[in-house]
Amino acid sequence: MSRIASIAKNAAAADRKLLIPYLVAGDPNLKTTIALMHNLVEQGADVIELGIPFSDPSSDGPVIQRGVERSLTKGTTLQQVLDIVAEFRQVDAGTAVVLMGYLNPIEIMGYEAFVNNASNAGVDGVLIVDLPPAEAGELHDLLRENEIDTIFLVAPTTREERVASITAHCSGYLYYVSLKGVTGAALTDYASVTDNIAKLRELTSLPIVIGFGIKDAASAATMGRLADGVIIGSALVEQIAQLGDQELHDASDLKRTTAVIAAAREAIDRIEQDLCY
Amino acid sequence: MVKLDESHAATDPATLDGPDAQGHFGPYGGVFVGETLIAAVEELAEIYETLSADKDFWAEYDSDLKHYVGRPSPLYFAQRLTAAAGGAKLYLKREDLNHTGAHKVNNTIGQALLAKRMGKTRIIAETGAGQHGVASATVAARLGLECHVYMGADDIVRQAPNVYRMKLLGANVVSVNSGSRTLKDAMNEALRDWATNVDNTYYIIGTVAGPHPYPKLVRDFQCVIGREAREQSLEQMGRLPDALVACVGGGSNAIGLFHPFLKDETVAMYGVEAGGHGLETGEHAAPLSAGSPAGVLHGNRTYLMSDEAGQIQETHSVSAGLDYPGVGPEHAWLKDLKRVSYVAATDAEALQAFHQLTLLEGIIPALESSHAVAHAMKLAASMSPDQNIVINLSGRGDKDIETVAKIEGIVL
Repeated sequence: MSRIASIAKNAAAADRKLLIPYLVAGDPNLKTTIALMHNLVEQGADVIELGIPFSDPSSDGPVIQRGVERSLTKGTTLQQVLDIVAEFRQVDAGTAVVLMGYLNPIEIMGYEAFVNNASNAGVDGVLIVDLPPAEAGELHDLLRENEIDTIFLVAPTTREERVASITAHCSGYLYYVSLKGVTGAALTDYASVTDNIAKLRELTSLPIVIGFGIKDAASAATMGRLADGVIIGSALVEQIAQLGDQELHDASDLKRTTAVIAAAREAIDRIEQDLCY
Repeated sequence: MVKLDESHAATDPATLDGPDAQGHFGPYGGVFVGETLIAAVEELAEIYETLSADKDFWAEYDSDLKHYVGRPSPLYFAQRLTAAAGGAKLYLKREDLNHTGAHKVNNTIGQALLAKRMGKTRIIAETGAGQHGVASATVAARLGLECHVYMGADDIVRQAPNVYRMKLLGANVVSVNSGSRTLKDAMNEALRDWATNVDNTYYIIGTVAGPHPYPKLVRDFQCVIGREAREQSLEQMGRLPDALVACVGGGSNAIGLFHPFLKDETVAMYGVEAGGHGLETGEHAAPLSAGSPAGVLHGNRTYLMSDEAGQIQETHSVSAGLDYPGVGPEHAWLKDLKRVSYVAATDAEALQAFHQLTLLEGIIPALESSHAVAHAMKLAASMSPDQNIVINLSGRGDKDIETVAKIEGIVL
């Protein structure tokens, strides 16, 4: 069983919602990213989505775009992102790490080299925003052969007849995009999320996590009720933007930066209790 | 007779019939967009598939081209330009005479009709030089549709007259400050808008790039150029031309001219990319001639200028309309098939051709089209006077006179 699958299984057994923060690798620099990752685990993260910076992030809103630009100013490369994971793994064997990004850096590194390096670094899953299942064949096969989960998105616009082809390719967890738009937009349509998650439950037994538009404890709790976990990206990246770009940070600064994740943890841990009353 | 590229004679005609149902031209093209947009591009592909066979749709399109755009555009024998080049006869396909001054309108007319049939009320577009933005704002005004044009902040400064033109036409011009603040970033922002407003919005892509079905449908709308040129050549030359020359940024004017001739083995074709300061300097926008590796950007796989870490590189060209790091996937495939030869003309060569055509024929060409003129004159010199070359004069140069004056240190 993959690390993600066993984390999800244990969480389900313990009525615990998965908490998945997203940050851009190399924002503001490589060392700080690693420190933040360990800090996020302390705050209650189960899985960390690590963004591979790309010059043209056309599915991301302004907050993550700026995080990507900060990282690219430092010249962060895909290989360095993989090195971050390897360094993180030397200390932490329990938390899953998912790489999230766009296809071109992987295309240029070459699929085989990427998958080998990712496997050696201890990457657990890969989510490529601009690679739909229909185009994913070769890379998908290589990832699966190396026991790396392939995570796909389902959007509010996804047609029902398409869901089966997505879930057939998806492993680890299914990422439900809560809104029409880009990362960091405001969530408006709670009812449609409820309906769509209910429909997805009928079509797949994969854990379902919700992302895009979750920005604080309250929205985490609201979405957490509907799903097996929540992803928080822009709200965290916005805090990381406040950090200086020195390589060493006081523990208190890191803790303040990741406070949004601690608050979300607390909020989603209360869900099960609330449901008991 | 000059020996033109003969390798294309061996091309299997069936390989020229792309794309396949998933939008692939060989290994290029495809659909590489976020999940939110998949349903929208699939819907567009389905509707376009149906309308492709709908005579009424094409009758409406043809009628608009005739009465609104002013087609057919002339094929003009440029006698003094021919004499200056000293060789093959040079003919100009006068897309500069279209309403709005370039070939771009052939496509926006067609896509606006699609938007109307799909019941969309809001149009978005990206633009570099502003020509596609103007052509989109024009058709939106005519159909009473809301129109938002994304344009890089740097391009807004470079192309101020076109920005004002779009505003006069009722469009909202949105300044894009992310990334390199040029065309590729405008396209990113348009994709973000589309994902957000996908229910009521139609995205008019300006070139033969983007996710399937855009490269196919934009090509189909631009093919009117080549169909007319073919007929006019037979009429005026008594046979098919020996060579076609067109500039290539994304490549819509070039594919429009080339495509109806692809299976005519005797017709050689040259796509002229922006050589900028020279291919050897790295400061150019010529992924095909520079042999850039294949990559994925803006919804399709193609030759793409990215660095060794896979980041998209900044490009350089004197002409904003060619200043793009990728190229339409069908061109990538035609390069691999060796059916079309891709070459580059530098900024300096384009500027020289700009002046030559203006002085010799009284036609001020767009800087984009000047790249094609520059290469055609070189090519003509290597051919004999009984051979004929058709140059796609894709746009007029009025928009560029400030740029040219500035380069030459002239204060207007």
